[in-house]
Amino acid sequence: MGQITLKQVTKSFGNTDVIRPLDLEIGEGEFVVFVGPSGCGKSTLLRLIAGLEDISSGQILIDGQDASHTPPAKRGLAMVFQSYALYPHMSVRKNIAFPLKMAGMDQAAIDAKVNGAAKVLNLTDYLDRRPGQLSGGQRQRVAIGRAIVREPKAFLFDEPLSNLDAALRVNMRLEISELHQSLKTTMIYVTHDQVEAMTMADKIVVLSAGRIEQVGSPLDLYRHPANKFVAGFIGSPKMNFVTGPEAAKHGADTIGIRPEHLKLSDSGWAGKIGVTERLGSDTFLHVHMDGMDTMTVRTEGDTALKYGAPVHLTPDPACIHRFDAQGKTLA
Amino acid sequence: MATAHSRIAARFMLAPAVLMLLCWMIVPLAMTIYFSFLRYNLLMPGMEQWAGFDNYSYFLTDPAFFTALKNTLLLVGGVLLITVIGGTLLALLLDQAMYGQGFVRIMVIAPFFVMPTVSALVWKNMFMNPVNGLFAYMAKAVGLQPFDFLSQAPLASIILIVAWQWLPFAALILLTAMQSLDREQMEAAEMDGAGTFSRFIYIVVPHLTRAVTVVILIQTIFLLSVFAEILVTTNGGPGNASTNITYLVYAQSLLQFDVGGGSAGGIVAVILANIVAIFLMRMIGKNLEA
Ligand SMILES: Nc1ncnc2c1ncn2[C@@H]1O[C@H](COP(=O)(O)OP(=O)(O)OP(=O)(O)O)[C@@H](O)[C@H]1O
Ligand SMILES: [Mg+2]
Repeated sequence: MGQITLKQVTKSFGNTDVIRPLDLEIGEGEFVVFVGPSGCGKSTLLRLIAGLEDISSGQILIDGQDASHTPPAKRGLAMVFQSYALYPHMSVRKNIAFPLKMAGMDQAAIDAKVNGAAKVLNLTDYLDRRPGQLSGGQRQRVAIGRAIVREPKAFLFDEPLSNLDAALRVNMRLEISELHQSLKTTMIYVTHDQVEAMTMADKIVVLSAGRIEQVGSPLDLYRHPANKFVAGFIGSPKMNFVTGPEAAKHGADTIGIRPEHLKLSDSGWAGKIGVTERLGSDTFLHVHMDGMDTMTVRTEGDTALKYGAPVHLTPDPACIHRFDAQGKTLA
Repeated sequence: MATAHSRIAARFMLAPAVLMLLCWMIVPLAMTIYFSFLRYNLLMPGMEQWAGFDNYSYFLTDPAFFTALKNTLLLVGGVLLITVIGGTLLALLLDQAMYGQGFVRIMVIAPFFVMPTVSALVWKNMFMNPVNGLFAYMAKAVGLQPFDFLSQAPLASIILIVAWQWLPFAALILLTAMQSLDREQMEAAEMDGAGTFSRFIYIVVPHLTRAVTVVILIQTIFLLSVFAEILVTTNGGPGNASTNITYLVYAQSLLQFDVGGGSAGGIVAVILANIVAIFLMRMIGKNLEA
């Protein structure tokens, strides 16, 4: 179980509409990621689903049951907070056991479950420590442990990895994906890191200013963005946009070319090399174009080109995205 | 303050202040100790003579001393109990979002700004007076015999007055502590199925322990030396039913003009205060460690 449906859900704080009427279907066992720029309402949407905020109008269904006004504890959802929200005065064991204790489970069953969760999450050696004596990654795992033991219908994560360093983030990303594979529970995951979104999601929901811009699988969004906003948001480095006569040649107001679909060539759009970023496997070239905005080009391996060297760029004609004046994708 | 050089400089610059504070403390203490070994009566000036430990043995064997000791402990304990529990409840109330929050909070602190003598007199004459007091009036309104608080239950009445003065302090410290509680922690507990009461017991109370410790330590220091409230209400009586150690020292040295005995009492009070402090630090001092 773990099917969540939002029907025309809205949320306003006073006069500001944070969530516009929004419909969303989250299937059982799906890993859904909410992405969007800061302040677009991702956390608010998650908190509405959790029941920590009241919806202003609309309906939330969990497993077909209307849960719009059910208190958070009764919704059967577990949440992992960005700040972990561990209870600082309780040991790791007590932290993980807390929801079970609140549910009135007997001590033997609690112990069994806590030990089970600790084993899955590699926390067995830390059970008697306090959260303050753990590293960031360990705290994160405790927070996840506290969510797992409840066997919720769905997990809600609000930017759980944003306080971790890059290496640990990659590890935890894998661990959470691994957990999803083994538990097969619905997960809703908020992030503004689009690598996390692309790598973890079954389904990405792109939000902007309280509205859903597009819903789809990661590659679907990458290949067929519904509009300029999604095109610019998904993919790293960002898509290059060209307006004016070059776009008009393709019958569009704006055209977009991803950095990986631009080639260095002998003729084509002229420009001068700017900063080059060498990642080892790839190199990102920032090219100052003549009469156009700066473009980013992704090339494999290294490059011998120096700052200021003149180059020409040619887009891959099959990979040009065309947008109209409203930013909608042209078929 | 990192280098050895700057540390030495800091010490030099601090030295005058430290020395002055030391003198400020040491001189009166030394004089009190000196007086406590003299037979020194204000009615016979110039007749001081060495008395050894006589003053101490008189003071410590005086039956009034044990009553005063018991009263002191009851006063401190009673006021602490009322202010910590009452303060927590009041802080919970003040923490709720409500109309006119800022004004209500200022009103709640108000008792703390009233001088002890004034507030004790207000309580004595306007509330607890068996003839004109508000409580007497209320009792008569429902047909009961007015209760003469200050003669029937003198110590309890003083505890009430002092607790009223210190309640705002406790409430305020506990309120700030409550406001520093991470909101996500409360939300996590809510999602974990903890009701309002469980959240209070498992999340709020542990979070408050440090603030409660501060409240207890600070209040104890001041409550050991409650004096004005007793002086203006009961004068330590009836008998010595509401005499605490501080008041006993006053009575000894200024009502009986026995400076030597009073000084000995003062030193005993200092030692007692230190014993209480050691006990407190043993019991709850670890709460202050981060
Ligand atoms: N309690 C509140 N009262 C008023 N406005 C709020 C409240 N909570 C959030 N908002 C507003 O709602 C909007 C969405 O906030 P939200 O926290 O959902 O953003 P977000 O997408 O999670 O951003 P981020 O990526 O920075 O976490 C913001 O503009 C914010 O200012
Ligand atoms: Mg957020």
